[in-house]
Amino acid sequence: MTALTQSIALARASGTARTAPSKSADRLFQGAAYASALLVLAVLAGILGSIVYGAWPAFSEFGFGFLTSSAWNIGTEQFGALPAVIGTVAAALLALIIGVPVSLGIAVYLTQLCPGWARKPVAMTIELLASVPSIIYGMWGLFVFAPLFARFVQVPVSNLVEGMPVLGTVLYARIPSGVGVLTAGIILAIMIVPFVASITRDMLDQIPTVLRESAYGIGCTTWEVVRHVLVPQASVSIIGAIMLGLGRALGETMAVTFVIGNANRLSASIFDPGSTIASRIANEFNEADGLQLSSLMALGCLLFIITFFVLIVARLLVRRAKVA
Amino acid sequence: MDASNPLATAGRTPAVSRVRSGRRIADRILILASTLATLLGILVLGSILLMLIVEGVKGFTPALFTAPTPGPGSEGGGIANAILGSLVMTLIGIVIATPIGLMAGTFLAEYGRASKIADVIRFLNDVLLSAPSILIGLFVYTLMVRPMGTYSGWAGAVALAIIATPVIVRTTEDMLRLVPSQMREAGAALGAPRSLVIRSIAWRAASAGVVTGIILALARIAGETAPLLFTALNNNSWFNASLLGGVPNLPVMIYQFALSPYPNWQSLAWAGALLITVTILVLSVAARLVIKDQRAR
Repeated sequence: MTALTQSIALARASGTARTAPSKSADRLFQGAAYASALLVLAVLAGILGSIVYGAWPAFSEFGFGFLTSSAWNIGTEQFGALPAVIGTVAAALLALIIGVPVSLGIAVYLTQLCPGWARKPVAMTIELLASVPSIIYGMWGLFVFAPLFARFVQVPVSNLVEGMPVLGTVLYARIPSGVGVLTAGIILAIMIVPFVASITRDMLDQIPTVLRESAYGIGCTTWEVVRHVLVPQASVSIIGAIMLGLGRALGETMAVTFVIGNANRLSASIFDPGSTIASRIANEFNEADGLQLSSLMALGCLLFIITFFVLIVARLLVRRAKVA
Repeated sequence: MDASNPLATAGRTPAVSRVRSGRRIADRILILASTLATLLGILVLGSILLMLIVEGVKGFTPALFTAPTPGPGSEGGGIANAILGSLVMTLIGIVIATPIGLMAGTFLAEYGRASKIADVIRFLNDVLLSAPSILIGLFVYTLMVRPMGTYSGWAGAVALAIIATPVIVRTTEDMLRLVPSQMREAGAALGAPRSLVIRSIAWRAASAGVVTGIILALARIAGETAPLLFTALNNNSWFNASLLGGVPNLPVMIYQFALSPYPNWQSLAWAGALLITVTILVLSVAARLVIKDQRAR
């Protein structure tokens, strides 16, 4: 009892024993949270602003012709974006053509066919593919994949199609070294598969089991369930997942730099070396200055516009996909 | 749905005799193709790991961790300077990203919730999460390298921080949303101000998930190469504790050495590649295990 009276006395002596919660600290905390969140907006604006600022000399020098010119001549200071833009789009589209069916197959396997005990480890293995750094994909592509690809695909295919119309141009390798636009597309496909597959799997998992069970109940085969129940239900988010993959493929740098061959000219063959916006920047940036540097920045600006458009559409279609 | 699910098999087995063969063939093709696709994915990961182990283990000598990178064409040496430089820049990156990411995630989950501005920030954060890292490199180049007139470790760390932040924002928000609102209400009922409720109740309950986010962010930035090319670049000297110049780092070292003509440099690149990949895979697996634990709770 004495302890209590003492503490009451103490409390009276110092006003209150506990200090009242401070309003200003509370405000400060909320302000800090708000400011941090706004920083995200500032960074995005900063990226756009800085790249446009860096690219300005090139844009004002070449104007709209920058987009349509295929020159890249350091000596005469003539620069154009066309080969890099076409290379970027070609490699990314090849990546989608190869990667999307594989991703959908993996998603169907994981949700419909995989035995329960194996589901977690298999899903984890596929997702681990996403955390392998892109430079490792580049090394794997250049030192393991490209030699095999040259020997078992480029040489036989080139021999087969030589002289044929269209195919003889598109699938002919003058120097079958294994590096080229198609190789880059294949490596990019491998890199986007884990993302597209795991988002698609999540979306398929969210479809109510009742729908699937009733389809199986009326005698549908797995193929029919996938084709007529799952795909229509999840189609919007699957397209979103694919576009997310496209966004990655467009901006990927290191893996592409290793395997695309870094040629500055346009070639009609997908076996020939080419370059993408990102690989061109990675290759030349450190030695560039003046107009060449601005032109590289202008390429970066184009990349910003293309990828952010794709990513924004993708995110609108897939509201909340998995973290990285 | 499992193949072994009684409902699925019950629906399928008796029907098989009656289905037209075209349906059965389509079904078989789907099953075969999707199994092959999955095997292909596993095969590629296996092949990458095998390649790294075969090529990388040879370079794993004690000198790898104690000696700096050798000059062009010379023998011996290690990658100690690159390991140290990478470690320092990655840690500074995480130290910058963590408070910002944590506070921004807190804003989205606790204060903003359904407000318009929170929606916009949440959306743009997701876009930033998948933005090409090369653009972040160009941004930091214009922001820091050009005005400072030199490639610097600080610029590298800032670039890595910008890549790490959206990951932390995202996981922090997701994990705070899993904290039941009754817990916050209980805190508020005791008269605790909102910031105190967030700090000592919501953060504490979500701590494992928040840590996961930080680990995921670490795994994400540890192997980033493109942004470092324009910011920290590289240098082959000992890392001399100054971040005001080029700083040796593993990813750029691997890039330069792997494409060099010197066998010694190439073998160091492989050893570095093995080291960094194993580190990242271990971090990702650890993060996933923690996050599963948190979601189960």
